[in-house]
Amino acid sequence: MTIAVAMSGGVDSSTVAAMLKAEGQELVGLTMQLWNQRRLADKDGMPEQVQGRCCSIDDVYDARRVAEILSIPYYVVNHQERFERDVIRPFVDEYLAGRTPIPCSLCNNHLKFDQLLLTARQIGADQIATGHYARNEYDPQRGRWILKRPADASKDQTYFLFGLTQEQLSRTLFPLGGFTKPEVRELAHQYGLALANKPDSQEICFIPGGDYKRFIDAYLEEQGEVVPDTAGELVAVGGQSRGKHDGVHNFTVGQRKGLGLASPTPLYVISIDHDRKQVTVGAEQELMRDSLRAQRLNWISIAGLQGEMRAQVKIRHRHEPAWATLRQSGEDEVEARFDEPVRAVTPGQAAVFYGGDEVIGGGWIV
Amino acid sequence: MDANATTPLLPEVLEAMRPFLVELFGNASSIHKEGQQARSAVEQARASVARLLGCRPSEVVFTSGGTESDNLAVFGSAKAGDHVISSSVEHHAVLHAVERLGERGVEVEFLPVDGQGVVAAEDVRRALRPNTKLISVMMANNETGVLQPVEEIGRIAREAGVRFHVDAVQAAGKVAIDVEAIGCDLLSISGHKMHGPQGTGALFVRRRTRVEPLFAGGAHERQRRAGTENVAGIVGLGKAAECAIEGLQSGSVERMRGLRDRLEMGLLEHASGVNGGQTARVPNTSNLWFESLDGEALVIGLDLKGLAVSSGAACSSGASEPSHVLQAMGLPAERARGSLRFSLHRHTTAEEIDRAIELVATQVARLRELSAVTQ
Repeated sequence: MTIAVAMSGGVDSSTVAAMLKAEGQELVGLTMQLWNQRRLADKDGMPEQVQGRCCSIDDVYDARRVAEILSIPYYVVNHQERFERDVIRPFVDEYLAGRTPIPCSLCNNHLKFDQLLLTARQIGADQIATGHYARNEYDPQRGRWILKRPADASKDQTYFLFGLTQEQLSRTLFPLGGFTKPEVRELAHQYGLALANKPDSQEICFIPGGDYKRFIDAYLEEQGEVVPDTAGELVAVGGQSRGKHDGVHNFTVGQRKGLGLASPTPLYVISIDHDRKQVTVGAEQELMRDSLRAQRLNWISIAGLQGEMRAQVKIRHRHEPAWATLRQSGEDEVEARFDEPVRAVTPGQAAVFYGGDEVIGGGWIV
Repeated sequence: MDANATTPLLPEVLEAMRPFLVELFGNASSIHKEGQQARSAVEQARASVARLLGCRPSEVVFTSGGTESDNLAVFGSAKAGDHVISSSVEHHAVLHAVERLGERGVEVEFLPVDGQGVVAAEDVRRALRPNTKLISVMMANNETGVLQPVEEIGRIAREAGVRFHVDAVQAAGKVAIDVEAIGCDLLSISGHKMHGPQGTGALFVRRRTRVEPLFAGGAHERQRRAGTENVAGIVGLGKAAECAIEGLQSGSVERMRGLRDRLEMGLLEHASGVNGGQTARVPNTSNLWFESLDGEALVIGLDLKGLAVSSGAACSSGASEPSHVLQAMGLPAERARGSLRFSLHRHTTAEEIDRAIELVATQVARLRELSAVTQ
């Protein structure tokens, strides 16, 4: 049986390849070409230097080099069209609609565990292995594949993986789930991988420098589209005007910097009303919410929600899960009622439900 | 089965080159005996290449390959204010060179092709302007093998007194080339596409046709290409040209055509059509469309089983890019994605053909089964 290793050229996926090779597995290395970093490089305000970024030639070089060292067949597969359609475009549209998207989850759902898995199966591999920090086991009693938090809580990536279907989980290996990042770097050293000390990637892979606003402008310019005029008013919670803003896509719920308002106490973005082009600002306590609604659900440890259920809910990647009670609140919609109010519930982000270490499921916050 | 990417170096070519890589290391520009030996070998090779192209030896300029030959022809022929006509199915070596001319103030025009990938000679005539300085149209397409009406275009160019460049990289050794019959002023070939060494090529430059050199330097190649001659490479190219002439005369090219047709017949039981199959092609290329399949997955799956074929062009990362040739032919993106190029060389065997048919059949069946399950 052949396993396809999703290789990014980073330490984690390279170590996965080396580990599986050492186990004697039959492997094929695949790297997805997702985005051409040079595409927007000539646009206003976009950095020209894009080396060392995801999908850069340097990363492909690193991945290819690892495959050579391990003597495994290696290929770069072109999924740029799909990436643009299913990740870039929704990313831009979500911001323009006043929400805050998570491209990594979209990429996992539509590219890594869908298109790449399909490619893997097409070329004769039955499973894919990735360098995600997560665990994945079959529970014969429940008859379900269970996604669990990894040994290294600080690297936990399960938040981005809540959209995986049972079929996808059944064909996916997360060999790093039982290791901490320092252990993985140590393993990389032991396997003789020259990139053992390569820094972790942090930002959104297709946005060099991390300035998403410039990216949106540059992308729309390239597409020959004008940035829709979503400029409008900044209002206080009571509705009174506090000034003007230059477009809803420049704001994220919970944002404090860049509001351009003078105030004796710190002001935060409380909510964004795309239709009325209004951005509501207020004091920090007004960010607190005692519930949220999530749609487009995916269940992992359960087949579906029956009645009410207690769960810990994570509402952004760096968020300590908060206790809540889940109940169905509509077709493909769940309401989570928190025991204690949580700060900055942000439409467009995912709400992921945990039962201890297990991912129960999740959905997109509306 | 990817000979349009590159071909194996023939043993006799390696043998011809060997002395010049080992003991005969003279610089062909030196006046001493070692230099003269190298010079003599270079000139012998020049005569061989001239025989292949039907030109005078003095009209052959050695280069580092097809790309340099194309670049020398294109950049050496036009300057700002001139007009250049090319086609939309050219190899990137011409396409991107002409595009760059466009960025430098040259008016450039890429003619469309029909559904078979053929440029209409009449379109060339219509595109002519008083300031047209160059027409550049390939002889055989690298992806489909489709032959262009270069003789007709050559007549039009002659009547109009416009310089005509032919990229014959994929034609050399597969069909007879005669620069007089074509009526071109410039013609590019590459060594490694015809069993010669990589990194070698030549440009036919008709007498009294002035090309602006790409490199500044010595007076090599009659001041058309500065830089110490790659003597061993040139000797290899010369030998490869001799072998190509021999192949065209001895029937081994016709044998290759028979095998290509056998491959095509066999594969058409699994494929949905031949891209460019309704027009004249070089006898080694078959570009096949497999409906609803992903060409990239097919290429990888076949490579894992030991069969090398190709889909589209490779981008800098090594991933395949959608073929500009198939797109220019008006084929839907889905068809372009599901198309594979098989290309043979003169030494491809019948066993290899039969094995390829078998491997493709198995792989296609598996992919079709999988797509039935996953959709």
